[in-house]
Amino acid sequence: MEGEQTCAGGREQKKVLRDAFKAAFPHTIPIFAGFWFLGLTYGIYMNVSGFSFWYPMLMSLTIFAGSMEFVTVNLLLGAFDPLQALAMTLMINARHLFYGISMLGKYRGNGWKDIYLIFGMCDESFSINYTAEIPEGVDRGWFMVFVTLLNQFYWFSGSTLGGIFGSLIHFNTEGLDFVMTAMFVVIFLEQWLKEKRHVSALAGIGISLLCLLAFGPEHFIIPSMFAILGTLTLLGKPMEADGSSGGGGR
Amino acid sequence: MTLTQQVITIGMVVLGTVLTRFLPFLLFPAGKPTPRYIRYLGKVLPSAVFGLLVVYCLKNVSPLSGSHGIPEFISIMAVAALHLWKRQMLISIAGGTVCYMLLVQLVF
Repeated sequence: MEGEQTCAGGREQKKVLRDAFKAAFPHTIPIFAGFWFLGLTYGIYMNVSGFSFWYPMLMSLTIFAGSMEFVTVNLLLGAFDPLQALAMTLMINARHLFYGISMLGKYRGNGWKDIYLIFGMCDESFSINYTAEIPEGVDRGWFMVFVTLLNQFYWFSGSTLGGIFGSLIHFNTEGLDFVMTAMFVVIFLEQWLKEKRHVSALAGIGISLLCLLAFGPEHFIIPSMFAILGTLTLLGKPMEADGSSGGGGR
Repeated sequence: MTLTQQVITIGMVVLGTVLTRFLPFLLFPAGKPTPRYIRYLGKVLPSAVFGLLVVYCLKNVSPLSGSHGIPEFISIMAVAALHLWKRQMLISIAGGTVCYMLLVQLVF
């Protein structure tokens, strides 16, 4: 009896996993293209900088933050300065704080899965898991784990292959990196179509553009974040009052 | 750099990254009610952040030199048009990317 039950439970569990995987996979296909392209580029970059494939392979598993991994190559080539390495990481990855605040609800209550979800919260996994409409009956925790895991697998395999075959790849991939831009445009648009008020979306674009003009492409992220935070805080009061007068303020 | 120094450097990057990802969850534990202000931010930040990410992707586009950002502009319009028409994420992304690759490889 008990054996039968465990067996049925196992089958049930397998179905949960399969359904979650099937629902998650299509969302990650654009990331596959983008991460393979960027990952290969990163692996090749490490290869030509004189590092064996172990470096991109292990770094893609442990760091798993694309832009930071590119920067780490420079850190490894420079003089030993661990504090500078830490400070730069905190600066470049400060946007994760925003993601975390937005995910306080979703990345909780999934048991051990939460640890991995938070560990693997790169731009792309955050964007998909935040906006995806998970179909009825699909396990939310497993859906989000598969999105994160598949994304990390794409990045890991791309950068490892790039590290191994570095100098052998020759085909015209120029412009393929636009896949990431296209993906964020779609996600932005999806969010736009879903929300009633566009103040926040417009503030995000406008402030980032202004900061880009003022601080240049290498230094505009941190000022943009502070300005966005400040603006949204100032806008907060009237928006909240608006929500409560409409009766649906949460 | 020696191997040990390399390991320490990479370790610092891992530490920094993990810190930025876990900090909000540690600061606002599940048991206690999350402050109203933080919940408000959690609701309004994503739209602004997606805007920031779009700008971030385009940060190296210069309107005054090279191809003047024309291939980027056309391709983003294509992505938006496809998406408003079909509302299929993969079609919009693939269409926009192919459009961009053709433009930069053949036209500009």
